[in-house]
Amino acid sequence: MYQIAERYPLDGAEMREIYCRTLEECMEADPAVVALDADLMTPLGIAGLWKKRPERIFNCGIQEANMVGVAAGMAREGKKPFVHTFGVFASRRACDQIYMSCAYGGNSVCIVGSDPGVASALNGGTHAPNEDIAILRACPTMTVVEPADAQTLRCLIPQLAALPAPSYLRLFRRQRPRIYPETETFSIGKAKQLTQGEDAAILACGIEVYEALEAAARLEQEGIRVRVLDLFSIKPLDTQAVLAAARETGAIVTAENHNILGGLGSAVAELLAEECPVPLERVGIRDQFGQVGPMDWLMEHYGLTAGDITEKVKRVIARKGKK
Amino acid sequence: MSREKKTVWELERFALEIRRQTIRELHSLGSGHVGGCMSIVELLAVLYGERLQVDPANPRWEERDRLVVSKGHAGPAVYAALALRGFFPLEQLETLNRPGTKLPSHMDAQKTPGVDMTTGSLGQGVSAGVGMALAARMDKRSCQVCVVAGDGECDEGQVWEAALFAAAQGLDNLTLIIDQNHLQLDGSTDEVLSLGSLEEKLRAFGWQVLSVEDGHSIPQLRQALSAAWSGKDGRPTAVVLNTIKGKGYPAAMRGPNHHMIISDGDFEEAMEALAQEEQRLREREEAAGCTR
Ligand SMILES: Cc1ncc(C[n+]2csc(CCOP(=O)(O)OP(=O)(O)O)c2C)c(N)n1
Ligand SMILES: [Mg+2]
Repeated sequence: MYQIAERYPLDGAEMREIYCRTLEECMEADPAVVALDADLMTPLGIAGLWKKRPERIFNCGIQEANMVGVAAGMAREGKKPFVHTFGVFASRRACDQIYMSCAYGGNSVCIVGSDPGVASALNGGTHAPNEDIAILRACPTMTVVEPADAQTLRCLIPQLAALPAPSYLRLFRRQRPRIYPETETFSIGKAKQLTQGEDAAILACGIEVYEALEAAARLEQEGIRVRVLDLFSIKPLDTQAVLAAARETGAIVTAENHNILGGLGSAVAELLAEECPVPLERVGIRDQFGQVGPMDWLMEHYGLTAGDITEKVKRVIARKGKK
Repeated sequence: MSREKKTVWELERFALEIRRQTIRELHSLGSGHVGGCMSIVELLAVLYGERLQVDPANPRWEERDRLVVSKGHAGPAVYAALALRGFFPLEQLETLNRPGTKLPSHMDAQKTPGVDMTTGSLGQGVSAGVGMALAARMDKRSCQVCVVAGDGECDEGQVWEAALFAAAQGLDNLTLIIDQNHLQLDGSTDEVLSLGSLEEKLRAFGWQVLSVEDGHSIPQLRQALSAAWSGKDGRPTAVVLNTIKGKGYPAAMRGPNHHMIISDGDFEEAMEALAQEEQRLREREEAAGCTR
């Protein structure tokens, strides 16, 4: 089905394995790094590490708000906490603690929210974070990142640990296609250009990067050349790269596994409206709640597939130069 | 809708059927929250078998007793009880978690007839139950509000905020049932976050507290719920059930059972165990001289 499947094969390791391994490396390198969880260590695959390092890893039980508050206090005393729960609980149940105790209070905690958007699959609408980027992006000083593959994740974790202000890591737990070689490096705030093209640009994050690459491959067969940018750093946004894409292609499509309100598409739209208005189409969940279903079905239902992106690219190109 | 009087035997049979249908439902999907479903099966049998005044033909009947299952991941067990009670056809159980279903993994009052409150984010159902009890008192309705919470769920501060508020309001139309199976997702409640004595804590919060030594014993459950429903002394009532997570699903006794893949082999084993249990119940009943 996917033309690019061979070029970007599934990574042997799950994203959660990479997360745990890299976090352990950070812990070994820096005694200040600690991890907290709210009874979701098993899904994150960190329960083994918890048993191994009980002096550095804490299970708070099912109490997300307290966990984030505790982490803020630890950060105040020089620790570098990584706190994890599902994205819905990370962004919504602990929102005020993130905002006041962490961000406003000047305490750097890395909040890890797993199972973004449709990745919540069979857990259903109560567990589908379709608005976590929007919530956390609106919080001053927050960094918000969503890696597309294991290599990106591996590079981001130490950088998040070193940030002076809080951050949100939107984490897909299972296997992802390998998009970057192991030598690739990443910096927060710098986008990655994955394909060349002047007809339009697709700006994507998380699982949508792969869909964007597939869309680009399909469009290329029709003679349409699109530039794909991986905006794993949603905040800070790589404004230079986004503006260059707008100026050089004149047509932008954003793609995110999130509500089109407040997420990557909004961030890009805000920038373009002020600095370089060009036709823009957004691929994302159109202000709807999540629901149960297999992830593939949900992607189709909410219009998040490569096919959906392809259509939007054609539409945005057709709008070029029109008033 | 007056309350029907059932025999212990009938309720035990009902529990068995809820368990069977729940396991079938989960097996048809291939995975699910087996542990937390199994631990409340007998409770559901007593609630839907005789305690709750509800009307399957009119799920929104105003005077009905309300049930909020705050541990929303136990949805599949509640769906089995609702289907058996006639709220919707049994065949619908096989739509569990399928695209477009009315039976999602976590309970949804906007989708499922008979579900009184949407739950899934632990802790929230307890507050919602308190609110429903307060509203019922304002409207002078005589119905009862019953909330079922997990023991791990009691880690949430919200549960204790709700407990304080309910006691302060003197909501004696409210019963909170805690499924104390001593397990949560990452392990035992002692390993993850020790709860100490829930009974003592709730008493200190101003609640009337009852303990059920065996939360799978129909007679014990009946007695406790009957006391909870009638004990009108200006205090909310908590009933702490000692249960076994995964009870009645043999594979659940062999390892972690919060969320499980349900293999055909494990399914067959469970069906066989239930058939034997059914036979035992029948023999016991015949020995007791029942004509049924
Ligand atoms: C606020 C919130 N945090 C985390 C979860 C994920 N979760 C679902 S069930 C569960 C464990 C529940 O344990 P318990 O309340 O004891 O339920 P039971 O043992 O009856 O399954 C967790 C952590 C959730 N649903 N809601
Ligand atoms: Mg429990």
